[in-house]
Amino acid sequence: MTVRVRPAEWQLALPLALAYAAFFLVPLLLLIGVSAFDDEKITTLGFAQWRRFLADPFTWKVIVDTVKLGGLTVAATALVGYPVALVYLGAGPRWQRVILFVVILPLLTSVVVRTFAWIVILGREGVINQALLWLGLAPAPLRLLQTEHGLVMALTQIEMPLLLLPLLSVMSRMDPSLRDASAALGASKWRTLVRVTLPLSLPGLVAGCMLVFASSTTAFISQFVIGGNRLVYLPLLIWQQSLVVYNWPLASVAALTLLVSVGLGVTAIAAVGRRSRAYAV
Amino acid sequence: MSGEQGHTLDIDSVTHRYGPVTAVADVSLAVRAGEIVALLGPSGCGKTTLLRVVAGFVRQSAGSVRIDGKAIDHLPANLRNVGIVFQSYALFPHMTVAHNVAYGLQARGVPRGDVRRAVERFLEVVRLTDFRDRLPRQLSGGQQQRVAVARALAVAPTVMLLDEPFSALDKGLRLDMQIEIKRLQRQFGLTAILVTHDQDEAMSVADRIAVMNHGRVEQFDTPIAVYDRPATLFVSGFIGTTNLLRGRALESANGTTLVELEAGAKLTVPTDRAFAAGAAVMLSARPEQLRLHAEAAAGRWRVHRRLAVPLGPNTMHDLETRDGVTLKLVEPRLGPSVEPTGDAWCGLRPDARPGLFDIATST
Repeated sequence: MTVRVRPAEWQLALPLALAYAAFFLVPLLLLIGVSAFDDEKITTLGFAQWRRFLADPFTWKVIVDTVKLGGLTVAATALVGYPVALVYLGAGPRWQRVILFVVILPLLTSVVVRTFAWIVILGREGVINQALLWLGLAPAPLRLLQTEHGLVMALTQIEMPLLLLPLLSVMSRMDPSLRDASAALGASKWRTLVRVTLPLSLPGLVAGCMLVFASSTTAFISQFVIGGNRLVYLPLLIWQQSLVVYNWPLASVAALTLLVSVGLGVTAIAAVGRRSRAYAV
Repeated sequence: MSGEQGHTLDIDSVTHRYGPVTAVADVSLAVRAGEIVALLGPSGCGKTTLLRVVAGFVRQSAGSVRIDGKAIDHLPANLRNVGIVFQSYALFPHMTVAHNVAYGLQARGVPRGDVRRAVERFLEVVRLTDFRDRLPRQLSGGQQQRVAVARALAVAPTVMLLDEPFSALDKGLRLDMQIEIKRLQRQFGLTAILVTHDQDEAMSVADRIAVMNHGRVEQFDTPIAVYDRPATLFVSGFIGTTNLLRGRALESANGTTLVELEAGAKLTVPTDRAFAAGAAVMLSARPEQLRLHAEAAAGRWRVHRRLAVPLGPNTMHDLETRDGVTLKLVEPRLGPSVEPTGDAWCGLRPDARPGLFDIATST
């Protein structure tokens, strides 16, 4: 007689684990492997490409610009998005649904469409410049396309759902009587925000900021369409090296650098989150 | 610390509407200094809305709230100096017990040393000194509630509002906490309002009970008066157990009314007011106000005995009248026992004062 063994829970995770191994882990190992070749034909082992990449001041500027772009986008989305989340918190159930719908709406259109919409807004003849000229606030059209400001502005809107979804989810789970309790104990609205709402919504804010950082530093289409060739970030560098120059080892080096930069950025955001949580108490 | 002598709270013709819904309809309550008043009623009766009006979380549509005679309607919640214990306790989950208790004092800008002394004092009052550095989630339900009480007491509130504070506790702990709250309220001479849907809780904790239904106060009186002399049919049904018997008033005279019950009997019932002859009425008699007899007589009606359940020193009889109304009757197990089942005659105890209500005017 044989005893039938029921599958353990971990066995249910096997399909996903295999997919991850096949489409994420193996390519990553290949990437690391390819980066350890000296020549474009991938015949000679060595770290010449690493040395070349890391010795070049231009690539360091690209790395710094990429991280800076992520940081600026995180700061802008958090500054614009957090008040939206506070409005959501104070709204009734019907307005909460409206706000949630407006937040999710951009996700229903393609990134390409959203990015091209920003060209219409930021262009020389675009909405912003027309308005500034008409109001007499600028003597001549401002240059917004192919600038960091313009790109951060566009990414702020494009990445906003990634910040707001985790934030709103944490906020809506917060016991509303906590804010009532704070007010009843004599705390002003500002004190309630700083001592109660902000620390308790911090996990959502940190999760949102991590997503925005990871997404904006790797947003190849938006970076390329709005930034053009004037603004070079790591994704563009990878694309040029892999599909224009066909230097796959160098492209691998750049890709791994991007991976490490994003990882460090996300870790830094998490650390700031933990620090300020301890401080807020 | 002030608050050692209580403050009066006057709720004066307060009405609150949420859109087309009237949650609180023209409620007036005068709460005396150092008194606990329970707002008792089914969910949706407006008791929580009234509490939120006093706390300043909602601004009433009409009427006024006064503490010590001074209107507080223009003050936002954070300037009212009202202590609240919430149903969920609403402890700040990211702060320790001591930080929770200190919160209100810090918000008032009290100097650090005074805050520390007050925190120590109130943690001692609720016997949680050893738990000062724990987070709320590391405490039991009863301990969490004591933190909530200490936090509310620490700011020396003029009035304490208790919003269903015992409903999250299990039954054994509930009585302990009710005694504890009552003890603290006495100790600090606090004026308090307790919102509850639990009549036993209202009875055991409150000095006076305001029974609410559909946004109105149906009766505002001591627990005993509310139980013994319910002012309306709703109160008689909501507080305790009661038996309702339909009938017709025949004549009222000299503080009594002659009633003809549909169950088949004519009774004389003591009443405070006169009823019009022929008016449809409802007789509300508590199980302990009824009595079983073996033989027919005036003022008794025939009942079918379905079940008799011993309840400690008493027997609870489950009866059915000939017009199909179910009655509950409780009597001591001593004395002559009638046959456990079969027919019998039911009447009022000689000293009983059941409620008699016009059906047309009461709901």
